[in-house]
Amino acid sequence: MKTRISWTYLIFYGGWLLLFVIAPLLLLLWQSLNTGSGHLSLDNYGQFFTSGLYLTMAFNSVWYAFLITLVTLLISYPTAYFISQLKHQQFWLLLVILPTWINLLLKTYAFIGLLSHNGVVNSLLAGLGLGSHQLLFTNWSFMLVAAYIEIPFMILPIFNALTEIDPLLSRASQDLGASKWQTWRKVTLPLSMPGVKAGIQAVFIPSLSLFMVTRLIGGNRVITLGTAIEEHFLVTQNWGLGSTIGMILIFAMVIAMILTRDRRKS
Amino acid sequence: MTETKTPIIAFDQVDLSFGDTQVLKDIDFQIEAGKFYTLLGPSGSGKSTILKLISGQLEPTSGDVLFEGQVMNDWPAEKRPVNTVFQNYALFPNMNVFDNVAFGPRLKHLSAAATKTKVVDMLHLVKLDDYADREINELSGGQQQRVAIARALANDPEVLLLDEPLSALDYKLRKDMQGELRHIQKELGITFIFVTHDQEEALAMSDWIFVMNDGIIQQNGTPEDIYDEPINHFVANFIGESNIVPGIMKEDYLAHFVGKDFENVDAGMRPNERVEVVLRPEDLDLTSVEEGKLVVTILEQSFRGDYYEVQAVDDDGNHWQVQTTNSSPVGERVGLTFDPEDIHIMRFNESEDDFDARLEQYEDEKPDEN
Repeated sequence: MKTRISWTYLIFYGGWLLLFVIAPLLLLLWQSLNTGSGHLSLDNYGQFFTSGLYLTMAFNSVWYAFLITLVTLLISYPTAYFISQLKHQQFWLLLVILPTWINLLLKTYAFIGLLSHNGVVNSLLAGLGLGSHQLLFTNWSFMLVAAYIEIPFMILPIFNALTEIDPLLSRASQDLGASKWQTWRKVTLPLSMPGVKAGIQAVFIPSLSLFMVTRLIGGNRVITLGTAIEEHFLVTQNWGLGSTIGMILIFAMVIAMILTRDRRKS
Repeated sequence: MTETKTPIIAFDQVDLSFGDTQVLKDIDFQIEAGKFYTLLGPSGSGKSTILKLISGQLEPTSGDVLFEGQVMNDWPAEKRPVNTVFQNYALFPNMNVFDNVAFGPRLKHLSAAATKTKVVDMLHLVKLDDYADREINELSGGQQQRVAIARALANDPEVLLLDEPLSALDYKLRKDMQGELRHIQKELGITFIFVTHDQEEALAMSDWIFVMNDGIIQQNGTPEDIYDEPINHFVANFIGESNIVPGIMKEDYLAHFVGKDFENVDAGMRPNERVEVVLRPEDLDLTSVEEGKLVVTILEQSFRGDYYEVQAVDDDGNHWQVQTTNSSPVGERVGLTFDPEDIHIMRFNESEDDFDARLEQYEDEKPDEN
């Protein structure tokens, strides 16, 4: 009986995987190799790798994804650590998760309201006599909003990793003569690394292909591969090249996952 | 106990409360360097709390914890010259055996060579010479235990605190570790303070035992003292097996219980004072009805390898537990015999100080007693 039930699950899972993961990937691959003349070629890839424009975009994508991940990590780790020390952890965690229930586009528009020329932040600055500034459509506002959106996905895995650490280990470390800082560096940080890696995966990979935030908040001043894909599919209708960029992004994501995988065999 | 040497650890009227709950009440003791001490008591008796006060995880609500005569109440844990072996070992899973043991020496900025020597020595001491490169999750419970001991000792503590370190091990391994811990303590000559709820373990290992219950030290002394002269019902019951019956001390050296008078070796009570009488099962023996001081009926008998454990009941309905090498059929009436010195008298609410004073007083009065 038991094996039959697990087979049923496997069929559903396998079917899902086939239809929504493997088939689209194969379609994407086929489209990136199909130049319209009926036979397959690497022309699209050649075009990508010989174009300074695309390489700049690729570099920008990775660079900004890296910066966004870094900013997110720097904010999220202390936050997760702080929450893990609190009494009402679940409540504080809920506050962190709550924004993820709101539609991404809605949040992005809210930031436009906050950061625009006549927005709340500028009014506040003007009220303080600091004058108004160009906040929207800057690299900084782009990173701020991207980080804001990604923070919950970084905090959660780090928080989970931190709460899994036996509190006795910190006591043992201090008992052996380590200060609070040394205990954190030698015991807590290494043991929370699986959470950090999971968080980096959850943030870096989606950040590679952001396009809505780049346009709405960054004002397309930073053009990443995500923007390029959108342009090729919706504007220039060059699906072949769009698919090629998609494949390259997937490849970049695989590299990111390999770099951040958990090497420890449990 | 009248030595002038400064005790290595001392508690001076220590109280500890969490909110309204008083965990420790007026704890007062002194510990000499180089001995094996045991804090023995049931869970919730406050024994582990005393360890936490020494290791610096807790501060007393009132009173002082002293190290070599200096108050150390507010010394941070990492600055105290003591180390702890935790109940669940608390080994660092992100480090291998070597790095775990080297944790303390490295914090003290010992050179790499000195650290290595130290780790090798410590692993040798706990008989894990070939395990330096193992990961923690590759070790058995007993091996993890040894690593925890090596890690704590690698810091050269003046006092080693052991918080029920053997409770997770199986019987055989526990027996072996008891002997080994005693051996390590003797070899290093440092002070061990061992916490356990296992009276057998305490009796087997310790130079000196503190029996705790309800946040109070009930009695302290050598294992022999505590076993032979339990001060109250709790200690008599907790340490070893006991037959406890109500009785009266008619006069010095004459006790009255289960309807008869018995000569004994206790004195210093008020005439006709109500007391409790303790007789250890191994001090009782079975004999014929005519020769017995008491007559009992055998209820149950179980073979324990080197002796029989016999449950019997006397005509007044008191139950008697006897450990004997003589077998008797269930239902048979037999005599119980014991010597005057096997009768131990406990007064109600007698403190340890009162007990000691009384003992001194009547032993002075009776110089012919050996």
